[in-house]
Amino acid sequence: MKKKKTANPPTNEKTANLPTNEQKTAHPPKWAARFLAMYCRPELLEDLQGDLTEIFERNLKNRGAFIARLIYMIDVLKFFRSYTVRKPSITYPPGRRLMLASYVKTSGRVITRNKLFSAINIVGMAVSMSVALLVIAVVWDLRSYDNTLKNKQRIYRVVSTFTPEANQPPMKLASTSWKAGTLIRKQIPGIESIAFLRRQFSGDARIGANTVPVSGLYANEGFFDVFSFPLAKGSAGTALKQPNSVVLTESTATKLFGHADPMGKVLKFDTVNYTVTGVLEDIPKLSHIHFEMLVSLSSIKLKDQNNPTSDGDIMDWTNIFSNYVYVLLSKNSDPASFSAALNRLSERQNAAVATHKISLSLQPLKSISIGRPMGNEIGPVVNVIMLYTLAGLALIILLSACFNYTNLSIARSLRRSREVGIRKLIGARRGQVIGQFIAESVILALLSLAFAFCIFLLLRGQFLSFHQILENAFSLKLSPQLVIWFVLLAIVVGLIAGLLPALFYSKINAVQVLKNASSLKVFRHISLRKALVVIQYTFSLIFITATIIGYYQYKGFLRFDLGFSTDNILNIRMQGNKDEYFVKELAALPGVKKISRSVIVSSLGSQYGSNMKFKNPADSASVDLNYIDENYLPLHTYTFLAGRNFTHRQAGAPETETIVNERLIRRFNIGHGDPEKAIGEIVAIGSQKLTIIGVLKDFHYGTLDSDIDPTALRYSAEPGGYINVKVSAANIPATMTSIEAVWKGIDKVHPLDAKFYDDQIEQAYSYFSVMLKIIGFFGLLAVCISSLGLFGMVIYTMEKRVKEIGIRKVLGANDGLLVYLLSKEFLLLLFISALIALPVTWLFFEKLILAKFPYHQPIQIGQLFTGLFIVAGIALAMIGVQTLKIVRLNPANVLKNE
Amino acid sequence: MKGTNLGEFEELVLLTVASLVNNAYSVAICDELSEHADRTVKLGVVHAVLNRLEEKGLVKSELGQATATRGGKRKRFYFLTGVGKASLVRAKDIRDQLWQKIPTLTLNRIS
Repeated sequence: MKKKKTANPPTNEKTANLPTNEQKTAHPPKWAARFLAMYCRPELLEDLQGDLTEIFERNLKNRGAFIARLIYMIDVLKFFRSYTVRKPSITYPPGRRLMLASYVKTSGRVITRNKLFSAINIVGMAVSMSVALLVIAVVWDLRSYDNTLKNKQRIYRVVSTFTPEANQPPMKLASTSWKAGTLIRKQIPGIESIAFLRRQFSGDARIGANTVPVSGLYANEGFFDVFSFPLAKGSAGTALKQPNSVVLTESTATKLFGHADPMGKVLKFDTVNYTVTGVLEDIPKLSHIHFEMLVSLSSIKLKDQNNPTSDGDIMDWTNIFSNYVYVLLSKNSDPASFSAALNRLSERQNAAVATHKISLSLQPLKSISIGRPMGNEIGPVVNVIMLYTLAGLALIILLSACFNYTNLSIARSLRRSREVGIRKLIGARRGQVIGQFIAESVILALLSLAFAFCIFLLLRGQFLSFHQILENAFSLKLSPQLVIWFVLLAIVVGLIAGLLPALFYSKINAVQVLKNASSLKVFRHISLRKALVVIQYTFSLIFITATIIGYYQYKGFLRFDLGFSTDNILNIRMQGNKDEYFVKELAALPGVKKISRSVIVSSLGSQYGSNMKFKNPADSASVDLNYIDENYLPLHTYTFLAGRNFTHRQAGAPETETIVNERLIRRFNIGHGDPEKAIGEIVAIGSQKLTIIGVLKDFHYGTLDSDIDPTALRYSAEPGGYINVKVSAANIPATMTSIEAVWKGIDKVHPLDAKFYDDQIEQAYSYFSVMLKIIGFFGLLAVCISSLGLFGMVIYTMEKRVKEIGIRKVLGANDGLLVYLLSKEFLLLLFISALIALPVTWLFFEKLILAKFPYHQPIQIGQLFTGLFIVAGIALAMIGVQTLKIVRLNPANVLKNE
Repeated sequence: MKGTNLGEFEELVLLTVASLVNNAYSVAICDELSEHADRTVKLGVVHAVLNRLEEKGLVKSELGQATATRGGKRKRFYFLTGVGKASLVRAKDIRDQLWQKIPTLTLNRIS
């Protein structure tokens, strides 16, 4: 410190002219002050701080802020002496600083004392957390897919990207060609083993007199090297080596042979005998491959000689739809260089093919079950987008519950700020106040977790039964690790919820609060609280409105005029049976009006197509196809624009005629797009030349998310796929029973597979209804949670204004006016939320969702506002009840006690 | 306790504490000393000395009232203890005795 004279030094005049606010706002450097507080003994600290501040202030006045700060810093460093530095033993042990026991005790008291507050938050948190638990369990399940396999890090699937023609978008397929597999085995080094799988082994196994339908996969002997599924019986090395050997899973073995030892037993499919050479332990549920049995791949060539109809040339490079290839890379081989080798291989092979382009790539085992689904998947795959959506929705609900906690904690500050003031007086530091509030919210969150867990257990079953796919893909079993994740979730939720209140309370000035609690600057946080409420309601409204709009769209899809009638039409899958006798029997039933046949049922999303050419051989396009008999069109009441229906022909008679839709003649400009002139023109579908004998008005062959394509109907007396039965609306159950009896007469093994067309359409859009249910469920939760929050807010706000209302009443305000006065603030918030939510939802549907559905219904204003009315109704009811309760209080009682 | 002998600076500080009566806190002591001794007195040194004097039992201290200045921190005021007073008196006595021994003539000649 410099020498100082009592009289003001001459320089003072100059420095006194410095702007006064600079002097006022200037503070000692924070880090230095903190450093001092850190090292100095507590008993010396206060005096020392005071001294330094005094000198700082003096310097500030005389010599400016910079010098003052500099001197302060130097002094702090100079005071670092043996007698000022605290001894290590004097520092608080961390446990005492945290005061965990005290936090827990006080938190318990707070939670039990404020029953309303705790109830609102526990309910909100428990409900939202239960959904989050579900999401965590789902993710956990997906992460543990194929976990039982050894070498799972080194297993890759070879997948194909298929570009049929140069200008068409590529398709990703999980399958690949057999040829690719054999080439990889021969040409690319660095694989330890390779597994071939092939679909389409299914049939009726005959064991002695019994016939049991089973399905399975072909697999080569490398299968057990790549996939370490344990064998209960038989040897992994040889089980799949010999032609016509099968390996059963344990449950299949029981199904076929009961408790007898299946090893060496014979199964007969068609005319071929297969010998059981091994029994696998049942495949874990969380596996991306499932099968009832494995058939040795070497069986195929034998079968192929007798059965040339199977899939064309199996060993062709472009035959990529039924085979799967998995490789087990050697320990030291690099997936990147393997991929490069795959690319070179596909380039060499593609050079030999005219139009198709196929490129191979590696897919790690772990990313099979969770990712973007490809065509021809072999097992359940969860779309990662769906998972993100689900997680996002859960997060929103969770945040909503956190907002409730934050809002209500701050809203009741009137009660709690005094407590914090006293704590601070007694000596609580800022960190300790923060600790206490965080501990409180975390404990509340952990309490909620207990309830959430119970709800989760209930929800789990519901979720799994939501859709067959979910039931197949997930087990959602509990494990210790999962429970740890649950607890972590609760802690994080507690932290998020408690952070803002903790910061808010820790900043409270003890003196001010104890002098006059109402002067507290709670109102500075009111915009934050309002913002949180608006966010909550915006999301609630979006969910609810989305559900309502979606519901109308879904109903619209079901009611949509497809261009033909689907009323009371029963589609029966023939499952390989001859239909002649069956049709004859059915026709005799009293409830059956008409019968027709078709190879597939259209409008459900499945397609059957071929290439078609008209006069120009260079112009070819794919057309959708269906094979039908002469009764099909009248039965479904298709509308003819021109021409006539098919006439009956004997089975096996040469095919010469086709009926097409309007879109097809416009696509090829047949007869210049005029249906009348198109009659009699000849087109080539595949290699078959056919004469157009009729033109139909456009109808929907695909689902409503695809445009109407050019479609051609071809004649077949026995298409063999489905029987379409028009039944009379009266007494449908009796008709069904008699149809079932007829079916039993022709097929004793397979149960009747008959579905009403309308139900099948509903099924085709079931993903839509599942989505609706999920979003609707989330919407319900969001509304409940935000309503709870609002309810609490209203109560706490009213509490603050009881006296004001009393005075207003004394001065003559009537009840209606008061209710309006009290609730208008909340209604304004709701209004703002609606202003955000409704346009967002509308845009979301109009631009994103419905743009994918060319044939959707327009969104109506009414649908947009229904959600708002529901939410506003609930909010109004809650606000109204609470305000009325306050307004009805006798002002004399309210104003009496001060 | 260490020896009760006072160092030169200790004595000065002790004297200042006594002279400031009820307003003897570190910064004031520092200012007072700077003014009278006409030399640069560092706060840190004063602080250390006060601390040492308190350890020796020559002064005692207590915290005062908080005020708006000093960032709301309280001052630590120092008071002489009986021992302190005694040691000051003894120091003065020693000096006085020595002073009296010097013949006035000799002193005049030096200066």
